[in-house]
Amino acid sequence: MAMLGAINGVLMAGLDGDKGWRLKDYVGRGGYVQLRRILENKVTQEAVIDEVKKSALRGRGGAGFPTGLKWSFMPRAFPGDKYVVCNTDEGEPGTFKDRDIMRDNPHAVIEGMAIAAYAMGASRGYNYIHGEIWEIYQRFEEALAEARAAGFIGQNILGSGFNFELFAHHGYGAYICGEETALLESIEGKKGQPRFKPPFPASFGLYGKPTTINNTETFAAIPFILNMGGEEYLSLGKPNNGGTKLFSVSGHVNRPGNYEVPLGTPFATLLEMCGGMRGGRQLKAVIPGGSSAPVLPADVIMDCTLDYDSISKAGSMLGSGAVIVMDETVCMVKALERLSFFYHEESCGQCTPCREGTAWMYKVVHRIENGRGKPEDLDLLNSVLGNIAGRTICALGDAAAFPVQSFIRHFRSEFEYHIEHQRCQVPREVQWAGSGFHRIPA
Amino acid sequence: MFSAQTLEKFAREVGKYPADQKQSAIMACLAHAQAEKGWLPAEAIEAVAAYLGMAPIAAWEVATFYNMYDLQPVGKYKITVCTNLPCALSGGYHAGEYLQQKLGIGYGETTADGKFTLKEGECMGACGDAPVFIVNNRSMCSHMHPEQIDKLLEECE
Amino acid sequence: MLEIEIDGKKAEVPDGSTVMDAAQQLGVYIPHFCYHKKLSIAANCRMCLVQVEKAPKPLPACATPVTNGMKVFTHSELAVKAQKGVMEFLLINHPLDCPICDQGGECQLQDLTVGYGPMQSRYSEEKHVVFHKNVGPLISMEEMSRCIHCTRCVRFGQEIAGVMELGMANRNMHSEITTFLGRSVDSELSGNMIDLCPVGALTSKPFRYTARTWELQRRRSVSPHDSVGANLVVQVKHDTVMRVLPYENEAVNECWISDKERFAYQALNSDQRLSQPMVKQGGAWREVDWNVALDYVAHGLKDLAREHGGDALAALAAPQCTVEELFLLNKIMRGLGSGNIDFRARQSDFSADGKGAGAPWLGLPLADLNDLDAALVVGSFLRKDHPLIAQRLRQAAKKGGKISLLSVTGDDPLINLHQQVTVPPSRLAAALGAVVKAAAELKGAAVAAGLEKIMVDAAAKAIAQSLLADGKRAIFLGNAATQSPAAAQLHALAQELARLTGATFGFFGEGGNTVGAYAAGVLPTGANARQMFAQPRRAYVLMGIEPELDCADPQLALGALRGASLVVFISAFKNEQALEYADVLLPMAPFTETAGTFVNSEGRIQSFNGVAKARGDSRPAWKILRVLGNVLNLDGFAYQSSEAVRDEALGQGKAFVAGLDNGLNGLAIALPPVAEGLQRIADVPIHFADPLARRAPALQQTGDAAAPTARMCARTLGELGLTAGDTVKVRQGGGEALLPLAVDDAVPAGCLRVAAGHPDTASLGGMFDPIFVERA
Repeated sequence: MAMLGAINGVLMAGLDGDKGWRLKDYVGRGGYVQLRRILENKVTQEAVIDEVKKSALRGRGGAGFPTGLKWSFMPRAFPGDKYVVCNTDEGEPGTFKDRDIMRDNPHAVIEGMAIAAYAMGASRGYNYIHGEIWEIYQRFEEALAEARAAGFIGQNILGSGFNFELFAHHGYGAYICGEETALLESIEGKKGQPRFKPPFPASFGLYGKPTTINNTETFAAIPFILNMGGEEYLSLGKPNNGGTKLFSVSGHVNRPGNYEVPLGTPFATLLEMCGGMRGGRQLKAVIPGGSSAPVLPADVIMDCTLDYDSISKAGSMLGSGAVIVMDETVCMVKALERLSFFYHEESCGQCTPCREGTAWMYKVVHRIENGRGKPEDLDLLNSVLGNIAGRTICALGDAAAFPVQSFIRHFRSEFEYHIEHQRCQVPREVQWAGSGFHRIPA
Repeated sequence: MFSAQTLEKFAREVGKYPADQKQSAIMACLAHAQAEKGWLPAEAIEAVAAYLGMAPIAAWEVATFYNMYDLQPVGKYKITVCTNLPCALSGGYHAGEYLQQKLGIGYGETTADGKFTLKEGECMGACGDAPVFIVNNRSMCSHMHPEQIDKLLEECE
Repeated sequence: MLEIEIDGKKAEVPDGSTVMDAAQQLGVYIPHFCYHKKLSIAANCRMCLVQVEKAPKPLPACATPVTNGMKVFTHSELAVKAQKGVMEFLLINHPLDCPICDQGGECQLQDLTVGYGPMQSRYSEEKHVVFHKNVGPLISMEEMSRCIHCTRCVRFGQEIAGVMELGMANRNMHSEITTFLGRSVDSELSGNMIDLCPVGALTSKPFRYTARTWELQRRRSVSPHDSVGANLVVQVKHDTVMRVLPYENEAVNECWISDKERFAYQALNSDQRLSQPMVKQGGAWREVDWNVALDYVAHGLKDLAREHGGDALAALAAPQCTVEELFLLNKIMRGLGSGNIDFRARQSDFSADGKGAGAPWLGLPLADLNDLDAALVVGSFLRKDHPLIAQRLRQAAKKGGKISLLSVTGDDPLINLHQQVTVPPSRLAAALGAVVKAAAELKGAAVAAGLEKIMVDAAAKAIAQSLLADGKRAIFLGNAATQSPAAAQLHALAQELARLTGATFGFFGEGGNTVGAYAAGVLPTGANARQMFAQPRRAYVLMGIEPELDCADPQLALGALRGASLVVFISAFKNEQALEYADVLLPMAPFTETAGTFVNSEGRIQSFNGVAKARGDSRPAWKILRVLGNVLNLDGFAYQSSEAVRDEALGQGKAFVAGLDNGLNGLAIALPPVAEGLQRIADVPIHFADPLARRAPALQQTGDAAAPTARMCARTLGELGLTAGDTVKVRQGGGEALLPLAVDDAVPAGCLRVAAGHPDTASLGGMFDPIFVERA
């Protein structure tokens, strides 16, 4: 199990790993109080959305779009089906927070979705769960059964006349389904190929009906926000960056895991919480927001605070809050090669620049890593990525381009060394030592 | 083509979606079909398509798009190793190399006794627990260092 | 309306328009591959990226909605950089060997590479290779490395053909267009995917590597194969037809043609063409000159008419013959004193003759089909009889139109149907009667006499309701209705239903010139198509028709022909049977080698010129008949041109024929008795329906051209104690055929489906006669 740590923990407050996930545990922690209050007191839809707006909660999936505003886009008077969809297709390398939320606190997600459905007048919802976390999917099915039996979801919830049917849908191995319109296509039983927008899901979503999609962490935060009040939640973080956020820390730290900290916490503080660098080695670089975010060298990241605005100013993105920490044993070319392979592999194949360009970039980086680089390759890569970024239906093209661009920008000399010497700068045994894997095969 | 239990699971999955959207259950039904058959033969895909009233090629598109569907037979235990960057930083590559050495097969291969298939996987969303494996698409194994790998292989009957 | 400015040109466009729509309105060309006006928007090729004022990134013109005041730049630095970037990506894995590609010279990728492609490739990695596929005799997928993944073919299947046969499997650069397990593509509209493919990935298998596009002369023509009259571009090299493509005409065929229309041209070049006039003398066939042949015919006909009266002569022509041909044949017969002429060889009920108000037709323009809010199609093998009408109705259904099908098999029309009612042929009239009764009851109107005892079921009521609702509504009678022994009753019932509901009603029409034949008055005043064989004549003139395959009762026709003293066979093709019964063979030019006119089901007059020189010594039939008229010394055969014949037949300078009217007077509704015993369902398979299609090798290799089987539903099979796979002896009239037995639950109980129009079943009797089956 990943290590959990928190200062001012909200979502993860009072959790004891994966033992207390059941309905009775959640209710014991004050769960479903907000849903009950809203339904029993007939709190208006506007009031719920206003409270969320006050909290300045921003979408925790990566794009950071203000949640309250998104909810207000749903045509509330629309006759017929509307949908609320939760995005638990957590496949962005470095990100593993939603899995912990779903494992330890699934009912917070259910309550958050039910409240969202109420606020937007939706009567059906789906939680799209990453196919690789099958045990979590099964647990969520169990949690749904509990919630249904207790009358928190289903028909005529708590006697209020409000109906909300919620189901779990699993993925089966496609990163792109984390993109919200690809996710909708996937629920519709098709390949996960993103849709061109407009129209946006709020007007043409699942089965062509108005739909709002939020990240797991976003939904999970809703009951807590309503519990403490939007303003108080906002005050936990900093202006325009409300509340706490889960950071998934992976890579070369002593205690990888999820850490819920207020937005605006200095990076150095988070690093300390993780027990510092593994083996006491030097920090080299950090990808602060999941693999799609540009990499930042040590000196830059050490000056950042962890919030949307600060990281953005430093030239990267807070994204999903996945902090990938790399020390001096990392070969940046090899690291990029792996990420480039990932984006090439996960390209849905729809748009020409992404389908062709991600494969091209991977092939070039692969050549450089394997000692067959050419002096003109770095300019070529920069040109190719420039022809991908901003030219595709969804952001995967950008996500594939940013790492290449930022790795070359910040670590150009390593790439040049590979090309010039036709080999890697970092000896194999050093890389093994850095990985902490204890046995080098003979 | 499918057992009564599997058909029951199909029906349950179809029940999650509006009546005119049966196709939505394709991913889950293919997963159940694969769980029963051990892999996804084309006839199973066609049977699922027929069950859901889809064109077989539409089901084929789905089965070939998502990479947890096995369109070729696999060993009794399919071990998928995450080698993506966050896992690699904490030994993902090396765990894979160790496994390959122990089993004597490369990625995409199956041991001669048909017991193990090794696959290289993409991010499984558990980077904090690296190195991470998934066995038979269902159970996730965390912190897979040599001792844990040895133990896992022993436990695979 | 929204204002938009593209490259400085201003336009006003309707709400909901895209930048691409606006550009097309302004005549501004924006490069594109995946965009096609008839298909849904995919926005995946990214070739149409343009700069939009205030947008930070280039946007795809095909998918970007116009907003008021929008300014678009298609040639700005940002736009051109984006377009060139996409072009480079499209080419990195595409083989750069245009000289050996079949698409070379007519390739959108090649054309755009000239404008947007790099001078030299920066790509030095290995190229991706995609394995070839075999998807049947029509479409070549030998060169799948050329595919640029625009998915036009996939969307065509889903949206236009109504059946998804091609898909894009896998993902990322491994994406590839394929069928499920390499199965064939069987849609009757599949060839359109070849046209849609912007590169050399999907090409025409029969045409592949037979000519270069720049060697071909493009000539317009009109399809004879069905009543739509699809407009064609026939491509010719050295007087040989090499390829047929659609000529876009939104009002008629849009930009589509059926596979039959696309590939039947192969027959034109077949060695079965009749190329020389021939006369049988002393039991042996001898090639003769035209004047000898025509003298022989003239004398023969004249002598018989003189000896036995004009009534001893009869003429039967195909509804694929031109107006000019039919008109002159009619004129000759009249001149010889015979009123025995017909073109409705498959019809078996003629009781409406003389009671009709005018030429039966579709009842509305073809283009209106797409916008119908409700329609009832009665008695039709819709997709196979009228592929493009089916396509239009498919679009109507997609827009919410309630399309119902009342027919004799449950074949899937690939239309999202409102109701589908399947009954044995002898119950077709009763089933339509039930809808009429339901409509009357729903309206509170009097139920027509003769329908009192009919039971109204839920389906009939639902159909009647859809036809009574607001909007554009229509009732159509298809080929199986026209050919039915209860054709006149069905006509009367459809008229009554139309009267009750306010829907229009009409006929799909069988052949490419059915309406033209009516309009030109080529109708019997003596024996009709059935009577002329039932009461055998001494002489027959057959034009463009093969009676053993094209008549409602082939054995009846053959019997009469064998007993005649003179049979004149005017045909583009040799015919084994005709060699036996005919006395003169006159080689006529098929539609591609003659000028002529077809009138389609909406009454549209479509004249065309020959696109190639007549083969061998064959002649346009209007010229043959003109000379024959002269040799017979008949008046009024001094025509100088086919146009002169047409103008005499249809009037001058008209776009549509006069006298279209489906009205029927003086025919009381009286439902026919329900037949006892096993009933035959005789469809005419799409590629057996006319002499051209029958001789096109590629079409004959398709699934639609599979040899007929005897098909019945599992229940009937069980009742008769037969097993699928058995070879059975099927008997009808005096004839019998040995056929494999197959189970087909689309066949209603108590029926045996045995296709007509095929040599294997030509030995049987009438299409609707009692039929018997036993284990062979």
